[in-house]
Amino acid sequence: MAFITASWNPLGDAFYRKTDLYEMSWSLRDGLRDSLVAAAPYGGPIALLREPQRRSPSSRPQLEIYSASGGPVASFPWKSGPVVQLGWTVSDELLCIQEDGTVLIYDLFGSFKRHFSMGQEVVQSQVLEAKVFHSPYGTGIAIVTSSSRFTLATNIDDLKLRRLPEVPGLQGKPSCWVVLTQDRQTKVLLSNGPELFILDNTSCTVVCPPGLSPQDGSIVHMSVSFSYKYLALLTDSGHLWTGLSTLQEKLSEVDTKKTMAPKQMLWCRRPKSQQPSVVLMWDRLLLVVGVCNETIQYPIEDPCVLVGEMDGVRIISSSNQELLQEVPLVCQDIFKIASMAPGALLLEAHREYEKSSQKADEYLREIKEQSMLGEAVRQCVEAAGHEYDTNTQKSLMRAASFGKCFLTDFSPDQFVTTCRELRVLNAVRDSSIGLPLTHTQFKQLTLQVLIDRLVYRQFYPLAIEVCRYLKIPDYQGVSRVLKHWASCKVQQKDLTDDAIARAVCMKVGDSPGVSYSDIAAKAYECGRAELAIKLLDFEARSGEQVPLLLKMKRSQLALSKAVESGDTDLVYTVVSYLKNEMNRGDFFMTLRNQPVALSLYRQFCKLQEQETLKDLYNQDDDHQELANYYVTASYREKRLEGRLSLLQSAVDEYNKAKNEFAVKTTEDEMRLLRFQRKLDDEKGAGLLGLSLQVTMETLLSLGLHKQAEQLYKDFRVPDKRYWWLKLKSLAEKEEWDELEKFSKSKKSPIGYLVRRTTPQEKCTTNPLSRKLSI
Amino acid sequence: MFTLKNGRLPPADVKNIIFFVRPRLELMDIIADNITSEDRHHSSRDFHILFVPRRSMLCEQRLKEQGVLGSFINIDEYILDLIPYDGDLLSMEYESAFRECYLENDQTSLYHTAKGLMTLQALYGTIPQIYGKGECARLVANMMLRMKREFAGSQNQILPVFDTLLLLDRNVDLLTPLATQLTYEGLIDEIYGISNGYVKLPPEKFAQKKQGEGSKDLPTEPKKLQLNSAEELYAEIRDKNFNAVGAALSKKAKIISAAFEERHNAKTVGEIKQFVSQLPHMQAARSSLANHTSIAELIKDITSAYIIQCFPIKSHYVNTYIEDCIAQKDPLIKILRLVCMQSVCNNGLKHKVMDYYKREILQTYGYEHILTLNNLEKAGLLKPQTGSRNNYPTIRKTLKLWMEDANEQNPNDISYVYSGYSPLSIRLTQILARPGWRSIEEVLKMLPGPHFEERQQLPSGLHKKRQQGENRTSLVFFLGGVTYAEIAALRFLSQVEDSGMEYVIATTKLINGTTWIKSLMDRPESPTQ
Repeated sequence: MAFITASWNPLGDAFYRKTDLYEMSWSLRDGLRDSLVAAAPYGGPIALLREPQRRSPSSRPQLEIYSASGGPVASFPWKSGPVVQLGWTVSDELLCIQEDGTVLIYDLFGSFKRHFSMGQEVVQSQVLEAKVFHSPYGTGIAIVTSSSRFTLATNIDDLKLRRLPEVPGLQGKPSCWVVLTQDRQTKVLLSNGPELFILDNTSCTVVCPPGLSPQDGSIVHMSVSFSYKYLALLTDSGHLWTGLSTLQEKLSEVDTKKTMAPKQMLWCRRPKSQQPSVVLMWDRLLLVVGVCNETIQYPIEDPCVLVGEMDGVRIISSSNQELLQEVPLVCQDIFKIASMAPGALLLEAHREYEKSSQKADEYLREIKEQSMLGEAVRQCVEAAGHEYDTNTQKSLMRAASFGKCFLTDFSPDQFVTTCRELRVLNAVRDSSIGLPLTHTQFKQLTLQVLIDRLVYRQFYPLAIEVCRYLKIPDYQGVSRVLKHWASCKVQQKDLTDDAIARAVCMKVGDSPGVSYSDIAAKAYECGRAELAIKLLDFEARSGEQVPLLLKMKRSQLALSKAVESGDTDLVYTVVSYLKNEMNRGDFFMTLRNQPVALSLYRQFCKLQEQETLKDLYNQDDDHQELANYYVTASYREKRLEGRLSLLQSAVDEYNKAKNEFAVKTTEDEMRLLRFQRKLDDEKGAGLLGLSLQVTMETLLSLGLHKQAEQLYKDFRVPDKRYWWLKLKSLAEKEEWDELEKFSKSKKSPIGYLVRRTTPQEKCTTNPLSRKLSI
Repeated sequence: MFTLKNGRLPPADVKNIIFFVRPRLELMDIIADNITSEDRHHSSRDFHILFVPRRSMLCEQRLKEQGVLGSFINIDEYILDLIPYDGDLLSMEYESAFRECYLENDQTSLYHTAKGLMTLQALYGTIPQIYGKGECARLVANMMLRMKREFAGSQNQILPVFDTLLLLDRNVDLLTPLATQLTYEGLIDEIYGISNGYVKLPPEKFAQKKQGEGSKDLPTEPKKLQLNSAEELYAEIRDKNFNAVGAALSKKAKIISAAFEERHNAKTVGEIKQFVSQLPHMQAARSSLANHTSIAELIKDITSAYIIQCFPIKSHYVNTYIEDCIAQKDPLIKILRLVCMQSVCNNGLKHKVMDYYKREILQTYGYEHILTLNNLEKAGLLKPQTGSRNNYPTIRKTLKLWMEDANEQNPNDISYVYSGYSPLSIRLTQILARPGWRSIEEVLKMLPGPHFEERQQLPSGLHKKRQQGENRTSLVFFLGGVTYAEIAALRFLSQVEDSGMEYVIATTKLINGTTWIKSLMDRPESPTQ
């Protein structure tokens, strides 16, 4: 433990340390020499393309993909054109930018996904240099062509190419350039000889960093920090200027006294950095230049690659990997020699306690006297998060736990969370997994993304363990992993459909949130329709199965699933799809097997296609409905003949349906219509279409008593109703004499009380008599 | 906000036009008409369409056929399934639900119901017990259970508000809506029709009579009143039997005038101030009283001739009565209600009687009603007597549906809402709460459709810990509509002290006999129009 500070180097009032991450498990024949190397931040994978520029057709360069710990992931010969640049996207996809401007995208396992071009004009002029950058919008690509023009794509998943304006006086490629993301705008900063330009969408502006004198020479190297906030410029005279990337403020200027251009230059800082620095790498030297003018020098033996992280710089050589970072303040406080910080005292107290020494009590007292015990525990927990070595983590956490015992009302949340997170981090840092994430990076990356990355790398069991251990709700955790696993599983060509379906079902079961239809869609994409159908059977959401079933032309199944879901709109979707796909006979037969769909389709026809409706009823021998259909249709018919013939069809159908009553009444209606027509023609009575009752009423009011009488007899109107009718009619016309005569003609079927009240009633409703009574 | 009409949109200086529509094809034609006539005038307006409650492929297709689909910038859905109508009442206002379910075998409304109930559960917690009676209830429960499986894991962890859900098919109790509701609110609905919480009344009674003005300029616009429990007086009398409303109103009148008299006793400035501060409330109460007194008078004038009652009367009296009503050409809907009621009570009509009624109706009101009669037969409201036994008397006796001595003033049983007849639907609800359906297995078997009970597993820790005497809450969902009288009966049950159950009511549509029968009618388009 005492040796923790041994690897610390002071820089200004801070310390820098190198932590060993891995002994690289790869065996590279030629080291990293002459290779294009791309390593993704956040402990991402490493891609290696040996001698990319060698163009003899006989020997194809080999593209190799390794995990961050050097574990081989994929390797394949490069068959496409010469590659200018490799890069990784935020979702762990490999971008290979070719000289002709084509960008090929591969997944982590080296299988080709898609490609796109950086523009037509590039094909003629060739890409000289390219850079892959990350911004809140995703992963972007910037290229400069031999005609000295820049093209930008801010997000490769939503490709919009932007050709930037010309840079005055630029021939070939600039001496150096970087991509900046500021104020939601992506710009290019470039230097050409002594001049510095900012290129944005519309203009090219000459800029001058404050405090950089022209005597310092022209800029040969530049670097922007991980957050795009800081900028470092190196001149050919070895002056290093650091400042804000807005070029509005200078931080410092240091003379490195090295005139040779470095191979790589990167910012090395951390959130709340006390002493940010820039790391420069030459063939045999690594130089850390602090803003405070001090430097640290590390010799290097092998060619190395530097990878910028948000809280440091990873140094990858052919044999090992290290993390160079500023020692976090809390670690400094605890481990600095002779530190009296509460955390340091607590750690010491715990150490004494383990030795069963009474000194433990003395230390504790000292902290408690300053009432700093809470702070001490917090410091230990925080420091444990920053430590890479598990023994150091343990002793810090034990000290924290020890300190906690002497506190009341102290929230254990931070302690518990850190314990859990450290356990997860230690697991993924393991060489076999190879994700060297620091705690800070993990917090930035979020747990969700970490699980995604494990899933991309097909570490399914570990991902599930992590989800379970951290008690992530199944919906966001285990289920998501299982979904990925199943989608991957269905692509395994060496297994039978049955075996895969069984395996998937066994593992996935009915985990909430796993969509079997998504998995099935994946299987179908890989050309395994049978498997897709087997998988779809497990899908609980009938609605979800439908689109895929339609796509696979399993329309019958799709229809029954749509019906099962109860979603009528979905049923309509399938029905209208079937209608277009099938011939009419088959279509009707299909519907016939699905009563729900059939009645929905009937509804639709009622509103939209009356003729089809008729066919449907015909097919089903539904005579009753068919007759009703004719009745409805008869009312749309203007001419009487047409109307009668439709009613006749209705009669025929009612006959077939054995609905005697309907036959009878329909025939009556036809008779009535003919009668009305006749009278209309003869007397212009305007009767057509009226009901029998109203017809008689009208006849009576017109004084056509004989005709009314005829209807009464022909249609066998009940006496009672006819009497009422006649009475009312007579009363209305105030033909009291006639009324009396009528009343005496026969015994009244409605009694005589009514007869007396009726005229009175009529009187009061008669407007004339009302006036009189007032 | 405007209602949808054919032709040009009303002029307004706006950029965005949003259509809120039910996904019905005929509405799409109107919208298409709106847009095509719009284009000629200004072309700069943006159109958006929101389907309530759900998008429909057919409607979008129709808009496409009409060539206007491209005019919409946004096409989306506004998921409004259950609309709160009062503190304890939710309705989907889906008019055609009953017709669709029982005539057309179209389950769209049931799907929406299930979705609505899922939303409700997402907000108020999983309902642990589901009971149901009827085919549609079964379907809805099945859909809910399936949806629950589908969304498993994504549910919110909410302490459930409802203890039980009861799904009831309207066709389990076809009789109740046919009878005239006799509660105050029920009668307002029967006579004037309450639509979306508002009622339109003839204005004469509401004219402000001032001295010196004659009754010449009576207002011609109908008086529009909002009816809900926010109005203190209305909350008090809405669920009373109409015969008890008069007494309640006069009591209230006395209280209010006594309150106004207080002002004579106010001596100190402080007292006067207190009196004045109460004035707005008192004036509101007074105008509310005046309104309801007027409504009560209006109803009183009409009721005597209007009420359709169901009492154990000998069938030939009924026959004569219906015959007379037809002969006098009473409104068709009244006739249909009577005929259907007779059919439902007697497990069908004698063949001869039924044909006689049908012929009478067709001769009197027109042959076109043959389609409506056919619909009523399909819905089971009208049927010929078959050989099987008439179960209705058994059901009636077991469930005590007819009470001889209903107390209208101080009710002790739900039968007061129909002055002696207890709605079957509510009796079922009451028995479910105590002593449980097991006691009436026999009767349940006689009613149409299956009855069932489902349990939904609650996540551990969400089981309600009930305190002694705390009421359980039940959501009763009427598929196919519910009447105000039934709601009144449920509210009565909630208030009865020893019931131990509070009810929240939900339905596809608030109905009464008239609107219900109307929704089942078919009117062929006439050629002249």
